[in-house]
Amino acid sequence: MSTTTETDSPGTAPAPAGGGPALLGRTRGRWLLLAAGLVLALVLPWVIYPPVAMDIAAWALFAVALDLLLGYAGLLSFGHAAFWGGSAYVAGLTALHWGLPFPLAALAGAGFAMLLAWPIGVLSVRRSGIYFAMVTLAFAQMLYFIVNQWRGLTGGENGLQGVPVHFFGLEAVETDAFFFYYAALPLILLGMWFAWRVVHSPFGRVLVATRDNPARARALGYDVERYRILVFVISAGLAGLAGGVFAISHGFVSLQEVAWQTSGKVVLLTVLGGIGTLWGGIVGAIVIVILEDQLASSGFEGIGIITGSVFIAVVLLFRRGIWGTVSDALARRRGERPAAEAVSAADGEEGL
Amino acid sequence: MNDPQDTVGPPGSRTVALSARGLSKEFRGFRAVKDVDLDVVEGEVHALVGPNGAGKTTLFNLLTGYLKPTSGTITVHGKDITGKEPEQIAHEGVARSFQITSLFDNLTPREHLELALQGMAGGGMRFWRSDSLLRRHRGRADELLEHVGLAGLAERPAGELAYGQKRALEMALVLALDPQVMLLDEPTAGMGREDVDRTIELVRQVAAGRTVVFVDHNMHVVGSLADHVTVLMSGEVLARGTYEQVRNDERVVAAYLGEDTHA
Repeated sequence: MSTTTETDSPGTAPAPAGGGPALLGRTRGRWLLLAAGLVLALVLPWVIYPPVAMDIAAWALFAVALDLLLGYAGLLSFGHAAFWGGSAYVAGLTALHWGLPFPLAALAGAGFAMLLAWPIGVLSVRRSGIYFAMVTLAFAQMLYFIVNQWRGLTGGENGLQGVPVHFFGLEAVETDAFFFYYAALPLILLGMWFAWRVVHSPFGRVLVATRDNPARARALGYDVERYRILVFVISAGLAGLAGGVFAISHGFVSLQEVAWQTSGKVVLLTVLGGIGTLWGGIVGAIVIVILEDQLASSGFEGIGIITGSVFIAVVLLFRRGIWGTVSDALARRRGERPAAEAVSAADGEEGL
Repeated sequence: MNDPQDTVGPPGSRTVALSARGLSKEFRGFRAVKDVDLDVVEGEVHALVGPNGAGKTTLFNLLTGYLKPTSGTITVHGKDITGKEPEQIAHEGVARSFQITSLFDNLTPREHLELALQGMAGGGMRFWRSDSLLRRHRGRADELLEHVGLAGLAERPAGELAYGQKRALEMALVLALDPQVMLLDEPTAGMGREDVDRTIELVRQVAAGRTVVFVDHNMHVVGSLADHVTVLMSGEVLARGTYEQVRNDERVVAAYLGEDTHA
């Protein structure tokens, strides 16, 4: 009498079909995609002016870093310029004054970004939604004013000029943007691999749970704030790595890197590409950086109008961004359910 | 056997699993819960009943840390947990379910349970390891799914489950925490008769060796399961005792105006 009545239990519907072959297909698809991405990364400076290729790679990592926070933790930071730009200054200063090889300078910048992110994260993860965005923006603006005021160190509004590239005396890398790209690419790819590792870890699983239903995650014994602080710090570190490489590749650090427009631009790139996929940020970076470069070199003044219009069009027409829309369409053509791991920004806010 | 008033005050030889003293919660001047004393004896099934707005869910949220009391104390097995966070209370062996089904729509039932089991076992912060680590909980997860009758649906996204199945998963999640004290907020809310009977049977099974506190409007459920009943009214304890005792209590009858017969 006390045993479960299995015949009329609620779960008598058959299990969903499609285990093996579909899964295999998806795994192979992922490997193909990864291979295609790597090939693209390797040929990029052959088809695009190498410094622009470097910009794309750096912005792509920056967008991936933001996606880790926005897409997987559901937290919209509007202050990520603090980590990208803060690291850019640290990387620039250590290369300039200590002659650090550029990978170490970029890593030092990333380390600084993480140290900076810790207290900011602790103070801002108590809020979510628009409040989180505003608190992070406020902290980023504080850094902007410090950088602007501390002229002796940062050069104020003139920026930090004459940042050298040191790379163990390898002259090709130190002087030629084409070779620099290949020297810096491993750092970028390492950062992207790390983001992928985080997403597909036990931590990543919990993170998605805290995004979708924080109250329930707490009932299961997870301290949601700790998870949010940690992902904030990781995201800042990756944003810092990208900013450090960007600064060295340009040979100077401008005040623009810590300005709110930079925070806005990375949100734009990520949402445009599609959040919650990691690939989306890469696509967004390719589209926007190339678009801006084309418009700038044609002497067009109103770049912001064009990128803004593209952004509005994509958000209105394709809520899941470029990547999300394309991958959904492909999944539907193969007769699968669209990937569940990707969500729109609005869905991420519904948790509580 | 015992006088109903005996459940308050010194419990004597019986061990009190969950206890509240003078618990109050005020929202901007409105006192949703007023000076509530509650003693849940270890191993019993204790029902909280009362009309809508009586403060049942507020009391639940206070007991599980989702709300902080304005005054009063809460203890679990004698340990003060007043003011602790929900996740800390979960680690103290007190697990709760939610009145409105609260799941992760993108995750499958198996993934839900793996997550819950990891929540208790620890290791969720490991961002440098593969999520295949969660598979170590798969055996236990599948046992729990079997137990609540969801074995055939282990890999379907929770968002696609039928209502009764979601409620069953909700129950499995509470069980996954292997709690000493289970707090079930309206486990049969919105269910048809058949699902209600199944849920009663399930709660009866899992109550063995545990302490259960539940809220329910369905007097059939309360009558079938509860060893003791506490009746709340406007945030205060109106009556307590066995089901038979409170059912015949004239204050309770007056409060419900016979409402207990139709549910």
